[in-house]
Amino acid sequence: MRAIVKITLKNGVLDPQGKAIEGALNSLGFGGIDSVRQGKIIELDLDETETEKAEAAVAEMCEKLLANTVIENYSYELVP
Amino acid sequence: MRASVVVFPGSNCDRDVAVALRNVSGHAPDMVWHGDSSLPASDLIVLPGGFSYGDYLRSGAMAAHSPIMKEVVRLAARGTPILGICNGFQVLTETGLLPGVLMCNASLKFICRNLTLRVERNDTIFSRHYQEKEIITIPIANHDGNYFADRETLDRLEGENRIAFRYTNARGEADAASNPTGSQNNIAGIYDKNCRILGLMPHPERVSEDLLGGLDGKPLFESLLEVLH
Repeated sequence: MRAIVKITLKNGVLDPQGKAIEGALNSLGFGGIDSVRQGKIIELDLDETETEKAEAAVAEMCEKLLANTVIENYSYELVP
Repeated sequence: MRASVVVFPGSNCDRDVAVALRNVSGHAPDMVWHGDSSLPASDLIVLPGGFSYGDYLRSGAMAAHSPIMKEVVRLAARGTPILGICNGFQVLTETGLLPGVLMCNASLKFICRNLTLRVERNDTIFSRHYQEKEIITIPIANHDGNYFADRETLDRLEGENRIAFRYTNARGEADAASNPTGSQNNIAGIYDKNCRILGLMPHPERVSEDLLGGLDGKPLFESLLEVLH
């Protein structure tokens, strides 16, 4: 089973990289962009075949290592 | 003073801080590999600067889960003083021994230069050889030195007088121009609630002998020596 973990900065946390991307897009002539936020995607291939157990394991991985919940939110989806 | 310096893969200020400790105390510290699971008896544990694990995922995130860190966390709970410099500060926040997080600098740039800091209090084991509100000059060298914590945490740090050093101008004013990393409240370093753990982004070991062009970092090590002998 594959887990796709998405990590994004919490609202209100300054994202200097997102700001820089926004500036670059504007200078390339892409208008109408209100804001850009940059995040990460982490793909995990798991041996686990039971969805419930896989969910619990991935949530724990996010809490312990993959995300820093001081500044980041995480979400994940499981793909059989 | 028996000190241990933890060496992670990618640490690069471990030997600098070892020299600073040896010069002040007369004893070379024990260098402890991150993969070890125990420390020699230590009056002080130092987490040095560098780029442990190449800053993969987040600065300090991997190092925070090194085998040795379990022991560091255990000893911290028993009151062993811990000093985290630069990457060491990042590791301390990732382990949860200090609150908040060090984010990418607001300028997106690696900044390596001298900055002026205000010593916020001089009644801790790390700061007694400074004057209160003394202005000192110590270099930073980081890409992720932008201190961030939620409002509640910041209020608690301020309320409990746990800011160790703040970026200020030479007159001691904490303005935006003196804070190139973009740290909240111009924070350069903080203490845990017992002031036994200090994390700071500036490098006191780089200004601990005349040859290096400054001595403003030396009182920090002298303070520790006075208390820990």
